[in-house]
Amino acid sequence: MTKKEILLEINHLKAYFPVKRKSMKEEKKVIKAVDDISLEIFRGETLGIVGESGSGKSTFGRTILKLVEPTEGEILYKGQPIQQLKGSKLQTYRNQMQMIFQDPFASLNPRMRIGTIIEEPMKLQLTLTKEQRKARVKELLQKVGLPEDAMQKFPHEFSGGQRQRIGIARALAIHPEFIIADEPVSALDVSVQSQVLNLMMDVQDEFRLTYLFISHDLSVVKHISDRVAVLYLGRVVEIGVKNDLYANPLHPYTKALLSAIPEINFDKPKQEIALQGELPSPMNPPVGCVFHTRCPYVMERCRQERPVLQEKNKQQRVACFLYDK
Amino acid sequence: MKIIQRYMKNINLIIGLLVIVGFLIVMIVSFFYTPHDVNSMNIPEKLRSPSSDYLFGTDEFGRDIFSRIMKGTQTAFAVGLLTVFIGTIFGILIGSIAGYVGGWIDEIFMRMMDALMAFPGIILALMLVAVFGPGIVNTAIALGIIAIPAIARITRSGFVQHRDTEYVLAAKLIGVKPYSIMFRHILPNISSQIIVAATVTFATAMLAEAALSYLGLGVQPPNPSWGRMLKDSQAYLVGAPWYTYAPGGAITVLVLGLYLLSNALRDFMDPRSKT
Repeated sequence: MTKKEILLEINHLKAYFPVKRKSMKEEKKVIKAVDDISLEIFRGETLGIVGESGSGKSTFGRTILKLVEPTEGEILYKGQPIQQLKGSKLQTYRNQMQMIFQDPFASLNPRMRIGTIIEEPMKLQLTLTKEQRKARVKELLQKVGLPEDAMQKFPHEFSGGQRQRIGIARALAIHPEFIIADEPVSALDVSVQSQVLNLMMDVQDEFRLTYLFISHDLSVVKHISDRVAVLYLGRVVEIGVKNDLYANPLHPYTKALLSAIPEINFDKPKQEIALQGELPSPMNPPVGCVFHTRCPYVMERCRQERPVLQEKNKQQRVACFLYDK
Repeated sequence: MKIIQRYMKNINLIIGLLVIVGFLIVMIVSFFYTPHDVNSMNIPEKLRSPSSDYLFGTDEFGRDIFSRIMKGTQTAFAVGLLTVFIGTIFGILIGSIAGYVGGWIDEIFMRMMDALMAFPGIILALMLVAVFGPGIVNTAIALGIIAIPAIARITRSGFVQHRDTEYVLAAKLIGVKPYSIMFRHILPNISSQIIVAATVTFATAMLAEAALSYLGLGVQPPNPSWGRMLKDSQAYLVGAPWYTYAPGGAITVLVLGLYLLSNALRDFMDPRSKT
């Protein structure tokens, strides 16, 4: 395989949120939503981000779009740092990216017609005549499998799956290269999920898109991703090519997650790893390895030091002392 | 036809609309025609009881009460509309900026609104009218200022609710300007609440105008105002009760109609109910 082009490189990204103090005596607290994430996204691939709720995966996506200001770290898009971008330069950067949202009922303005919703990005960011815009809206609607007369309708006249298609059409309107999909199918019925996923994969091929696909659903991520990163408390605990990672998970957390996927396989009863306890508060993450409070293989060292991501197999990196030699 | 059927289901809406439309017609007619001259005095005919000539009787100067009630709708609507106009324009402006921008701007704006609300409305109106002088416009301005906090609060809570939704986020991403997000994206979504609040404001403004005129600080004679008529009729309550019933009834019915309408609008304005 030829060397892949890095589209987006993220180095030591942190996003902390200050917590309001109840009194002046209380010490200052911060929520560490994204805590030192480094990874790269190659052009044309789909990087899946999995994690429990509260693991910082949505915040991570929003930080890339600068909807959330990063506390520290750098984001390089095609080699250009984007932290300092403001105003029109920021908009130029954002125009190459779009977002598909989780809640299909909240992501479309209930008082706007579908035509207006899809046309608006073109109106603002492209130089097209009114007729050209209208033609493109029609083309996009057709592409996502909706009838032309949808233009005249309001969002509440559509089902969740249809709304998500509209969301995809809006995202495609200004020819983005990179799409952040924040749990795009978790609000949909299982039967509709695959339709929307397949649509996303189709348009990815057609427009050569790069996806950052955020989800808590491991089977969905397995379906669409090329590589997968597992997040725990704002950190990447493991990242690797999909097939390697699913076949041979290294981190205890990944192992536990994968063992929880329901499977129909009567010959081989599988070992389920039940994790104890709950996700610790990101306000007060455990010292040392963030996972040590729930890890079945916890060692003394895990409570003292923080493991860093290290290459284990080819392209598979893991943050765990079990693999430290 | 479907729309008509849906309207028919809502008895509040029908009655409310009938009342408002009825008064509107009366107001329009009063510009061109009243059974008797509104202001000409006719002392020999004073304090007549209702008859076919004087539908609601006459007042202490022999003026036709029915004609004066008709003319009084002009005052009532003028004050009501102007009040609503001032109250909603400034209320929406303050509420939307406070709600959308948030932070210390929100804090400053809303504490100002709280301060305004802490005054009893009618007292504040009395003070303003006392300073700037009585009259229809000044009364409406005073009442409009009092109406600002309620509208501002409703607008603000709507904006707070909507500013972090995903559709607003999507609009931000494609570079929609803040004012456009505020007034083109968010405002239509909370317009129903604002319209309901504005209808209530309309009703309260009419009541307040009657109260101010009753106290002698609202509309000045000889312009007919229901509140003023109520005040003047007080002295003849025993001898000529119809003199009180007419303006009292007019105020009651119109305010009732407005409240019914606002109640009905609340149920009606939600676009999701149109399925």
